[in-house]
Amino acid sequence: MTSISKSALHQMYRTMLRIRLFEERLSDMLETDEVKCPCHLCIGQEAVAAGVCAALKKDDYVWGTHRSHGHYLAKGGDMSAMMAEILGKAGGCAKGRGGSMHLFAGEQNLLGTVPIVAATIPLAVGAGLAAKMRRDGRVSVSFFGDGATEEGHFHESVNLAALYRLPVIFVCENNLYSSHMHISQRRPADNIYKFAELYEIPGIRLDGNDVVAVYEAAREVVGKARKGQGPALIECRTYRWRGHVGPARDLDVGVKRKDELKEWMAKCPIDRAGKLLVEMGVLQQELEKDGAAIRAEVEEAVNFARSSAYPDEAELENHVYYERQGDQ
Amino acid sequence: MKARTLSYAAAIREAMAQMLASDPRVFVIGQGLWSPWYVGASMKDLDRDFTRDRILDSPVCENATTGVAVGAALAGMRPIVVHPRMDFMLLAMDPIINQAANWHYLFGGQVSVPVVIRPIINRGGQQAAQHSQAFQAFFQHVPGVKVVMPSTAYDAKGLLIAAVRDGNPVIYIDDRWLYGVVGEVPEEPYEVPIGQAAVRRTGKEVTIVASSYMAAESEKAGKTLAERGIDAEVIDLRSIKPWDREAICASVRKTGRLVIADGTYAEGGVAAEVAASVASECLGSLKAPIARVALPNAPAPTSATLEAAYYPKAETVAVAVEALLGRKKLPNPCRPSASVPGRILLPPNGR
Repeated sequence: MTSISKSALHQMYRTMLRIRLFEERLSDMLETDEVKCPCHLCIGQEAVAAGVCAALKKDDYVWGTHRSHGHYLAKGGDMSAMMAEILGKAGGCAKGRGGSMHLFAGEQNLLGTVPIVAATIPLAVGAGLAAKMRRDGRVSVSFFGDGATEEGHFHESVNLAALYRLPVIFVCENNLYSSHMHISQRRPADNIYKFAELYEIPGIRLDGNDVVAVYEAAREVVGKARKGQGPALIECRTYRWRGHVGPARDLDVGVKRKDELKEWMAKCPIDRAGKLLVEMGVLQQELEKDGAAIRAEVEEAVNFARSSAYPDEAELENHVYYERQGDQ
Repeated sequence: MKARTLSYAAAIREAMAQMLASDPRVFVIGQGLWSPWYVGASMKDLDRDFTRDRILDSPVCENATTGVAVGAALAGMRPIVVHPRMDFMLLAMDPIINQAANWHYLFGGQVSVPVVIRPIINRGGQQAAQHSQAFQAFFQHVPGVKVVMPSTAYDAKGLLIAAVRDGNPVIYIDDRWLYGVVGEVPEEPYEVPIGQAAVRRTGKEVTIVASSYMAAESEKAGKTLAERGIDAEVIDLRSIKPWDREAICASVRKTGRLVIADGTYAEGGVAAEVAASVASECLGSLKAPIARVALPNAPAPTSATLEAAYYPKAETVAVAVEALLGRKKLPNPCRPSASVPGRILLPPNGR
């Protein structure tokens, strides 16, 4: 039985629903061609971002990937600014320079999500090193997919974090696919969490569609990291309902996966948390009210994004370099 | 009072020490930092003076080490990452180019990447292809990074301090062949402005533009040429991104002739960029074609006979100038040799 409070779970439920409804709306806008920038949706995987970020403080760092709308929202990023970013508007969270694949929420210490696979893993370790050197008690979380563990710098980074005992949590969202390639076509065994053993850090594998399990595991390893006990690797088993990129459902970049998708849709992390909330005494009407409020928030974000101006072409070459102020 | 002198390596060390002492955000990470075998005297005893918590001799992982420095910079630190041989830094191209160089622009100026990336050019001694390369041109190509290449002890210190304080990703390239060069170096911290060239020798007949080791060799060439009756102006670029277009063009307008000596390959090189800019900005001032001195279009060899013909030296620069002025005929074809090593790019008949 879970030790989680009703209000904590309800908060995570809302976070997941915000991610889901935002992306479903975005999916419509992709289908009507209003959004043209490439978008990688995390529908079906919401519990990982929601569960992990619920265990973090505002000061903690989060780093993401090409599929990071969920991480951005879960860490507290502004929904309207993200929608404006996706439309390439000046009011976007990256001033219209990044789009869906490059998100930033500085105040929330989400210092960047970028699409080069595994690229932010060493950056997360660097932020962890900074936290350790300053002894400021912050934790740095690196979100990445299963494909990223095939990159060399994943291993280099885990080694460094383990060697220096840095407050870094490596969160692998194993959705079984890297673009069009199933994990069985890329690895001799489906055993990502076992990498941790070689670097002598905790390695946890869990059901990534169970937001409570994700939260509880994250809370434990984050707490340890904060106390100077070093990094951990969490492998969250999950599934993306949409294709690698864009709104497609069962057919994407050459992969047909109808049967598999059906099975995973039955394991919807949001339905699951909703059922648990009802069991805990939350009224169904309350959950419906959440849905309505979030739908309104999403519409507001769309309206903000649509009405936000495009960046002026005169700004094209601004911000290539930081303008130094004095001795800094 | 006689000014204090230091070697180039000791000047780097002093800049490191002063930055570490004055700014708790500064730390150094890279391979070989605790061993003079890798970094010469340029890091001597810094681990003793500033602890091994701030001087991190890292495992063999150029990519992660550089990425960690970039991440720490994003999180408010001022890291310096060292690559004892530039060849190995090729394994870290993603954190340098995709990440450090892009980040400030990518997020609309909301975050900066104050990281110094210090690759060392370490060649000669029959080390051959993968322990000898100089890739400044790659980085000159990329918006978002700055690139500096000191040739004197004074600049070695002043440019490193400027790099640490700049607030952008700065590639600071030093050269082991210069570590023994001694020059005046003030004791207090000071900066050499990034982007500003230095006139090393004034002259009227020809402008020689160079950087790093080739700037030192060009200065020697300037003296040799004076003995041979040629009045050359020698300009040390010091920074190759941004680079001092105005200083070079002003000199070319005066002399009407340009020889560019760059210690890397000619194609797509720093000299090519300088030549193209001069050709478009002051073609009317040119009395002769632009000449370039570069590495041969081949990887670095081991064999003593081949290596002796490979790296351009002061004499190569002097010969290029003499050929440009029509005082000397280049052999046709003009091949690298022990007496005139490296490559001269100039029509065989000079002008």
